[in-house]
Amino acid sequence: MPAELAGGRNIVLPFSKTVEISFRSLKIRFGRSLITTSGVILAIAFLMSVWSNNAIIDGLRGANKNDINLLLMQNGIETGISEGGQSSAEAQARMQEDASKQQWLIALSLLVCVVGIANAMLMSVTERFREIGTMKCLGALDSFIVRLFLLESTFQGLAGTSLGILIGLAMTMLLAMMDYGYFVFDYFPSASIVQSAGYALVVGTVLSLVGAMLPAYRAAKMEPVEAMRVEN
Amino acid sequence: MTEEQQAGSGGAATAEEEQRTVVRTQKVEKTYVMGQTTVSALRGVDLGVIQGEYMSIMGPSGSGKSTLFNMVGGLDKPTDGKVYIDEVDVAQLDAYELAWLRCRKIGYIFQSFNLIPVMTALENVTLPMVFAGLTSDESRDKGMDLLAKVGLQDRHSHKPFELSGGQQQRVAVARALANDPAVVLADEPTGNLDLRTGTEIIELLRSMNETSGVTVISATHDHKMLNVSDRVVWIADGRIERIALREDLDIEVTQVEGE
Repeated sequence: MPAELAGGRNIVLPFSKTVEISFRSLKIRFGRSLITTSGVILAIAFLMSVWSNNAIIDGLRGANKNDINLLLMQNGIETGISEGGQSSAEAQARMQEDASKQQWLIALSLLVCVVGIANAMLMSVTERFREIGTMKCLGALDSFIVRLFLLESTFQGLAGTSLGILIGLAMTMLLAMMDYGYFVFDYFPSASIVQSAGYALVVGTVLSLVGAMLPAYRAAKMEPVEAMRVEN
Repeated sequence: MTEEQQAGSGGAATAEEEQRTVVRTQKVEKTYVMGQTTVSALRGVDLGVIQGEYMSIMGPSGSGKSTLFNMVGGLDKPTDGKVYIDEVDVAQLDAYELAWLRCRKIGYIFQSFNLIPVMTALENVTLPMVFAGLTSDESRDKGMDLLAKVGLQDRHSHKPFELSGGQQQRVAVARALANDPAVVLADEPTGNLDLRTGTEIIELLRSMNETSGVTVISATHDHKMLNVSDRVVWIADGRIERIALREDLDIEVTQVEGE
């Protein structure tokens, strides 16, 4: 057998085919994948809004103009030029506390997002046990199945993250404009916004991959006999 | 059971020399541990399937029929004894070699058709060829040929849900033949079909068996299947109860129909 194996062609699943199959699997279950994706959208929108809000306020503070500083102070943001040194230190401490709270919230929302993805993917695996079993009967290797599921999740992650970034940024811009008017555009921190968007894209995609790992592994370990099970 | 009985395939082939055993089981036993109790599904089955024959495995549910079937198809490994597929001991194969065996040597047909829902008929037929490393041109041509053989060439772009049960099973037959397997395993292929379409599928399997010489092993309790089988194996209580040749069966079929 090994000699025969070496002689014959190997078992393969070309990347283009993997992409095609996983893309269509998403399309056929559009409603459900939309729900899974919406989890990513929300988490990333939150992340992005926090980051872009920080960037915008940093930009405004950097401008160091009296009328802007007044607006900032009205919104309870420390501008760095207050009357007494003591109150400034106090404000600084408060801001730091706020920042760590923010990080907690971000971490929690991302965690919830991963759990949501894992749950949705596990359901999708359970739902497709016969399809997976059939593929294995046709000669699919464990790695094919893993690739299919990871790729599917990556697609969802990319789509969800991109949407989330747009939504988060739009919401933040709207709120910031209500508070600071057109100053937002005058001191728009485009560089750090783009950077945040880049980070968010990485975070969202990695989260989707991490969430899909266990389900993909479970799918790959499914026995081909599962294909024979008859339940209608 | 004696050697003669094993080798004594009936049906069309009577010449001894040319008969090659594609699938062979030796004292196969299978026990399942279910909590406290152990269940013996198979208690020492010796069976040889000869190349090119059409064999039906019959037996009530719980008889060990499915277990034997899975064993013969390389889907399950015996607790004791050996299973040889194409003279290869299945127990010795690693995961990769098993996948290769399933891809190249065995074609599966399921009771519930099991076409991949996101793929068209043609894509379903060509999937095993993609796994086997055929180029997309090669596999498209071969896939269309196979679809033509099962009479569905003009349905090649339909998705499974756009096809009737009988048509889906035809696609499944074409898919099973994708990589010119040594054996086609059909698990209750007519179980989800009505009488007429069931007969059509049986005839299709038989004609594939006759024209391309592929070995067909079918688990069934469909008595229509007896008409076309070269040999029928009855399983009861984890053992082979009896093996009958087609000649002896004609009488029985009429008896069944007479009932």
